[in-house]
Amino acid sequence: MLDKIFSADALAESIEILQTEFPVALWETFYVTILATAFAIVLGLPLGVLLVAGEKGGVLPLPKGLMNALNVIINLLRSVPFLILMILVFPLTRAIIGTTVGTPASIVPLVIASFPFVARLVESSLREVNPNIIEAAQSMGASPLQIICKVMIPESVPSLISNATIAITTILSYSAMSGIIGGGGLGKIAINYGYYRYKYLVMVFAVILLIVLVQLFQSIGTKLATKSDKRLKTKRNTK
Amino acid sequence: MIEIKNLTKTFEVANGTLDALKDVNITIHDGEIFGIIGMSGAGKSTLVRCINMLERPTEGSVIIDGCDIGRLSAKELRNKRRNITMIFQGFNLLMQRTCLKNICFPLELAGVPKAEAKEKALELLETVGLPDKAYAYPAQLSGGQQQRIAIARALATNPQVLLCDEATSALDPKTTHSILELIKEINRKTGITVIIITHQMSVVEDICTNVAILDNGRVVESGAVSEVFSKPKSDAAKRLVFPEGAEEVFAESGNEPRIRVVFNGAKAANIPLISQMAIDKGIVANILGASTKAIGDRAYGNILLGIPGGKEQVATAIEYLGAIEDITVEEV
Ligand SMILES: Nc1ncnc2c1ncn2[C@@H]1O[C@H](COP(=O)(O)OP(=O)(O)OP(=O)(O)O)[C@@H](O)[C@H]1O
Ligand SMILES: [Mg+2]
Repeated sequence: MLDKIFSADALAESIEILQTEFPVALWETFYVTILATAFAIVLGLPLGVLLVAGEKGGVLPLPKGLMNALNVIINLLRSVPFLILMILVFPLTRAIIGTTVGTPASIVPLVIASFPFVARLVESSLREVNPNIIEAAQSMGASPLQIICKVMIPESVPSLISNATIAITTILSYSAMSGIIGGGGLGKIAINYGYYRYKYLVMVFAVILLIVLVQLFQSIGTKLATKSDKRLKTKRNTK
Repeated sequence: MIEIKNLTKTFEVANGTLDALKDVNITIHDGEIFGIIGMSGAGKSTLVRCINMLERPTEGSVIIDGCDIGRLSAKELRNKRRNITMIFQGFNLLMQRTCLKNICFPLELAGVPKAEAKEKALELLETVGLPDKAYAYPAQLSGGQQQRIAIARALATNPQVLLCDEATSALDPKTTHSILELIKEINRKTGITVIIITHQMSVVEDICTNVAILDNGRVVESGAVSEVFSKPKSDAAKRLVFPEGAEEVFAESGNEPRIRVVFNGAKAANIPLISQMAIDKGIVANILGASTKAIGDRAYGNILLGIPGGKEQVATAIEYLGAIEDITVEEV
């Protein structure tokens, strides 16, 4: 078995596939991940802000019913397994993209699956902001909107960046999964060759590339988060 | 003028309610440095937070220059708060902004043009003695320096009132003193009314002209600092003035006559009064008990003396000691 997988023929064939299909697949995975993350942040950031600002004792208290509804919706969306969610949102995908298969179509379920997650990440970042600083801003006459835009968000930028990194790596792995239902990218290659055609070597390459991408996003994210954090004494920020 | 009238604040807590403030009445005049002192949990923070309505009083009102600020709309209150700014024990600077940007912050909130705000901020950095820290971040500053930035930030909108909630409690004595000096100087130059919340006697002694003692949500004593500190009447005041419980410790004494020497801020802290009396008048007094406190170079409190000899000696001693400024003597 093993000698078959790693035979010279198999190797040559894999390298062939690697050269012809991987560049496109890599690009597809990359842009799907970036786009889906961007949309998820567009939806998740305001939602996360509402979750913190809108609660009782927050800077912009909202009706309790609304807050409960938001929380229930987020929890519901987060509890549906991604594979099932992809199929569930087919009608929505078709309405927006016109089709349910192909790389662009996979962005819709990715966004639906990840924006509630992003909202929770944003919520946890914003909760880290020292409440005394918020109170100080209130004592200076800041309005709720000013507190959100000038205090809560800017003060939690480092944490928001590291949480965005978590989001992007999670969305990357979701995007690989979307290969099962017709999404493009490295996931599709891994499943098509590895699962349907027993070309394990191709799958291994695909997985290695996914790992490399995760590492890349993670290290860039960590660097940016550290760099943006002005609380770190060791690094003297001078201008 | 700030008038705090019948202020009561009741919190809902797990097992019922908690009266953090009970019928508090205080009047603070313009330009004054007013101390509010009390033990932990006395309600000081609650009181100061009611002054700018960060905390809504349950009853009573806060009237600033005739304006009942509890009745203002949200927007009017935000405008008013630019006039009553605050500094905190924890400094509460924005950690992701430079010092300059921190000082600009309240101006930014008020919609002051950027260039104008920056100019004002640079000016204030000079005032607080940190012109070289404009582009440093708060994390790069010591506590005392951070509090200076916080003071500059509080002054940016040219307020009439500065509230200081335990502003020096996180600082060492020397830094505390320099921050208090700065506040004093700003008060002198701008005429800003300062309200100092503290649990430290030394802070009140150092800087305040008037003081209110808060105990368990009530004002138990208030008045001029020298008055309150020389003759503390309430238990709470006594505990603060003599924290070691240095209530009078009487030595066993015979039946010789006694006199009480009361120091009301006499400059006698360093004069060996009793020995001097022995030399000058030949009266060798027994110190039976003492509860005095030196505040700066001034003495507060009292000493109980036993005077040997007859009535004449007692009269001489009373006359001798009573002649010294800010000392009163009585026979007991
Ligand atoms: N939001 C709140 N909810 C319930 N109880 C509160 C609240 N804020 C304060 N208290 C209670 O009110 C009382 C007074 O608190 P406050 O913070 O004003 O005291 P303090 O004099 O400032 O004490 P410290 O010197 O420790 O800061 C305390 O018993 C406190 O537990
Ligand atoms: Mg307090």
